[in-house]
Amino acid sequence: MRNLFAALSGGLFGAGLMVSGMTDTRKVQGWLDIFGDWDPTLAFVMGGAILPMAVAWQLTRGRTPVLGGNFPTPPEQRLGHNLILGSVLFGMGWGLVGLCPGPAITSLSFGGPSVWVFTVAMLGGMLLAPSVRIRLDLLARPT
Amino acid sequence: MPIDWIFGLIGGLMIGLAGAVFLLANGKVMGASGIIGGLIDGSGSSNRTERIAFLAGLIGVPTVIALVFGFTPESDVTTNPLLLVIAGLLVGVGTRIANGCTSGHGVCGISRLSLRGIVATCFYIGAGGLTVVLFRHVLGVI
Repeated sequence: MRNLFAALSGGLFGAGLMVSGMTDTRKVQGWLDIFGDWDPTLAFVMGGAILPMAVAWQLTRGRTPVLGGNFPTPPEQRLGHNLILGSVLFGMGWGLVGLCPGPAITSLSFGGPSVWVFTVAMLGGMLLAPSVRIRLDLLARPT
Repeated sequence: MPIDWIFGLIGGLMIGLAGAVFLLANGKVMGASGIIGGLIDGSGSSNRTERIAFLAGLIGVPTVIALVFGFTPESDVTTNPLLLVIAGLLVGVGTRIANGCTSGHGVCGISRLSLRGIVATCFYIGAGGLTVVLFRHVLGVI
């Protein structure tokens, strides 16, 4: 049952990314390009996605997940160097090509070989992340 | 084009609904980089099949839509292999170090007013904007 709902959620996520136009790197880079022909679509996608999610978070109060277990704990308040540095690195890669993890996986079947090259490199980056994190932690440690 | 905004909004609502299903049914935050990353580095081995099922839906449903309905949106991805590899590495390392991407920090974080989600989103949009401006308008590479 958990797997069925996970697949349903993944499928709806992929379909939503396709419909919204977020698998089109031109629209993503167009949103980031404030000095070019600026494309506001991403703001509508974000807004549209945040609405049902905000309702869902409200519904978690005083309840447990339908399929058992517990809801995620309240978000950590501490920001930390990893959040900032990681987000900057991610943003640079996102800007360079216009793909982030969700749309990359979604367009594997129709985006052509470029999406595969990007995705393989992304998986490699994810494998490297723990060792990069250890180095960043050492650098950030107060001496 | 104004019609793009409407599709953006409809697609966005679908994405939010997907996140709501994953949260209310499975009790999990729908973050693409976390779901993939947990499989790659083994940190998510306790709910491996759930992650694989999510990714199967994420790959499978768009494939069916593309094959059955003939709807294949433009991707316009660069064919420059160097750019693709560098960008892929940056996205992979960055999202795992920051512990989230556009779906986890952006959609799921902002909607619960998580400070971390909001700050992360400001930084990756800021860095992405600077990168596009630098590489498109200054260097002319993309």
